[in-house]
Amino acid sequence: MADLSINLAGIQSPNPFWLASAPPTNSGYQVQRAFEAGWGGAVWKTLGEPIINVSSRFAGLTFGGQRVFGFNNIELITDKPLEVNLKEMDETKKRFPKHTLIASLMVEHKREAWHEIVKKVEAIGVDGLELNFGCPHGMAERGMGSAVGQHPDLIRQQVEWVKEVAKTPVIVKLTPNITDIRFTARAAAEGGADAISMINTINSLMGVDLDKWLPIPHVDGKGAHGGYCGPAVKPIALNMVAECARDPFVGVPISGIGGISNWRDAVEFLLMGATGVQVCTAAMHHGFRIVEDMIDGLNNYLDQRGIASVMDIVGKAVHTYSDWGNLNLNYKVVARIHEETCIHCNKCHIACEDTSHQCIEIVRDDATGKERLVVREEDCVGCNLCSIVCPVEGTIEMVEIPTGKPPLSWNQRQAALAGGGSCET
Amino acid sequence: MSVPYDLQKNFSEVVSALKPKEAIDEANRCLFCYDAPCIKACPTSIDIPMFIRKIATGNLLGSARTIMEANPVGASCARVCPTEELCEGACVLNHASRPIMIGLLQRHATDWAIRNNVTLFEKGEPNGKRVAIVGAGPAGLSAARELARLGYAVTIYEAKEKAGGLNTYGIVSFRLPQEIPLWEVEQVEALGVTIKTNTRVGVDIMPDELVESYDSVLLAVGMGSVPALHIPGEELEGVLDAIALVEETKTRPLSTEMVGKKVVVIGAGNTAIDAATCSKRLGADHVQILYRRTAQEMNCYQFEYEFAKQDGVEFRWLVAPKRVLGNNGRVTGLELIRMELGEPDAKGRKRPVPIPGSEFSIEVDFVVKAIGQNRHVALVEQFGLQHENGIVSVEEGTYRTSHPKVFAAGDVIFGGGKTDAMVVDAANHGKRAAHAIDKAIRDQKQPV
Repeated sequence: MADLSINLAGIQSPNPFWLASAPPTNSGYQVQRAFEAGWGGAVWKTLGEPIINVSSRFAGLTFGGQRVFGFNNIELITDKPLEVNLKEMDETKKRFPKHTLIASLMVEHKREAWHEIVKKVEAIGVDGLELNFGCPHGMAERGMGSAVGQHPDLIRQQVEWVKEVAKTPVIVKLTPNITDIRFTARAAAEGGADAISMINTINSLMGVDLDKWLPIPHVDGKGAHGGYCGPAVKPIALNMVAECARDPFVGVPISGIGGISNWRDAVEFLLMGATGVQVCTAAMHHGFRIVEDMIDGLNNYLDQRGIASVMDIVGKAVHTYSDWGNLNLNYKVVARIHEETCIHCNKCHIACEDTSHQCIEIVRDDATGKERLVVREEDCVGCNLCSIVCPVEGTIEMVEIPTGKPPLSWNQRQAALAGGGSCET
Repeated sequence: MSVPYDLQKNFSEVVSALKPKEAIDEANRCLFCYDAPCIKACPTSIDIPMFIRKIATGNLLGSARTIMEANPVGASCARVCPTEELCEGACVLNHASRPIMIGLLQRHATDWAIRNNVTLFEKGEPNGKRVAIVGAGPAGLSAARELARLGYAVTIYEAKEKAGGLNTYGIVSFRLPQEIPLWEVEQVEALGVTIKTNTRVGVDIMPDELVESYDSVLLAVGMGSVPALHIPGEELEGVLDAIALVEETKTRPLSTEMVGKKVVVIGAGNTAIDAATCSKRLGADHVQILYRRTAQEMNCYQFEYEFAKQDGVEFRWLVAPKRVLGNNGRVTGLELIRMELGEPDAKGRKRPVPIPGSEFSIEVDFVVKAIGQNRHVALVEQFGLQHENGIVSVEEGTYRTSHPKVFAAGDVIFGGGKTDAMVVDAANHGKRAAHAIDKAIRDQKQPV
């Protein structure tokens, strides 16, 4: 059994699986159920001045029969008085002292307001704070959430205020609704953040009702953009985590969030620099019980590789993530189609023929009347499209073809040309 | 006699494993229901949505462990359980589309564990207590597995050459290849359980000795051979016991003596189906199942009935054997009498009544008896246990017999029901009996 415990900027947790600040962490009842199920930590639903919610709040994206491929919501922060939340958090922490309890906070842009709430939540013994600079709907219209998270200056300032009084580690949760998340991540670090978490949800309109011509969801005939999350956002989140992990000016640990549905997703985030992960949509889709496979799957993954601690994989793939200009122009892969498992749907052929580089031919054997799909390797650019559309895993393999040329990136090539040298690609 | 075709091929597994893509597609189709009806429909309460989710996420080791944790013979059950009547029958998708192929997914995960040669569990800290188990079938193995994990030193006494019981010897190879139960046996042995094979309790070692030298004894001997038909001619060569017939196909080179012959099977339970399909696959030209009631009263599962028909087995209702006809000590025919259904019996099944003067004869080469199984009455009495016709009486929920140190599980306590005794029920008994034994021993240790 591998050691699954993590240490995120001084915050200890029995395992890397936390529930993100969201509807699942709205109450002591829910968070305690989650801890019983095995979740290592929970970021409580954002505390602040209680709000009034609308009815009809969530929408799901069904894609090709898979429900909740994406998910969005227009629910705001907690609608309960701070005292009620604090009492429930206190009970929860007393019952589960070893589990990680983080308070998510969002108040107006005032130093005193931040000081006051930080002192109140730390008094009940939370393990850390998460500043919500990410929520893109509702609260942003009031100058909070992502309205802060889109301005490095505001982030820096508010983190500084929090750090003036905070005794526990401060995590800053960032919005993806910004051109380059590294700028806000750096601002958080400059302000003294102990860690950052990302991503919060993405601005989205889930759909339009074809019969009623109304947004989905709508509130009495009107809709507003909601925060998008779920499996569909994972690649966006993973990129942002990796970009921040490899940025020397960020330099603080990361709590990864965004479409993490199972242990495999979690491993990817950990390898790309997250010290732990936060989950919401998958729990909303299936219940807290999914954490059993997350823990078991992660443990088996580590055991099968002889890795003693989950902390040993954190950031291990970050150095492989770089700029386009550093990629080797002399590296070549081509598609190989394994005839023995090919089911002859011809999807690779038409994908290549219509939308890529016209190098997969359907060759008919006149003797047997059978058809074969053959890659003209000299024309294959190694785009991967055929292997992506192929329905049978492993049937189209992308194999490396040695070019015999030394590695050469665009940046190296341009540098060589600028220096008057010659260069072949 | 020359073999017209490769009989061995007839005995390889009929149902194919799921292809990798099929397994993933199917696993992703599972809804991961809360408080899922499939779990409730499984006698061993396997957390089915969880093992399926683990397949979907590529955690096959975890999946196999989830299955085998709940059911120590889960690899065999993946193949022999009447899933239509259990988990798959309960799947909520029956109401919306098609049920999840739970049995085949269970096989997918356990096959992975078998292929990868993994040991799924570890033995517990030794607690210094010893338990003897009589019989290494599904009930005995399940109990041994649980007890070993709890720290008991367990010895199983098994009369046959190999462990596994019915799964090893009594279920046709084309449904359950022998290597599957034998892998389950290895998993149990890996926990330090000693299995003394070729050791018949009551002959090689006496019940008293077990009761005296162990802290507890679990009787899990299952059932015995097929009883006599009590008709003239039964002693003729060519009258076979269905269970012995199946066993022979699993333990010896396949015999060619049925090739081209006429076989009748008496009875219509699952064992009768096995004997009939076995005969067909041994090359018999013509195989008939004779049953004294009608299709409505048959004990076999619907899918078994369908399978037999696919194999070319004929069914003849409302006939009973009266006399086995022979020549030179060998079966040559069977005299039958037609029946009609009369008043319902105690179980509510209509009683077959012979129609006087309706006797007729058919030519047959083999008569296979499959009319139930004998009980191990002598052994039960050697143990001095209370029983009803060999069915050991146990306390509800604790599996404790009339002897405070002796527990019983599996077919030895199966008192009949709607269907045949199921492997999965035996596994469940064994598991529960183990925990009852543990509780009894721990309670004993408490100062009074």
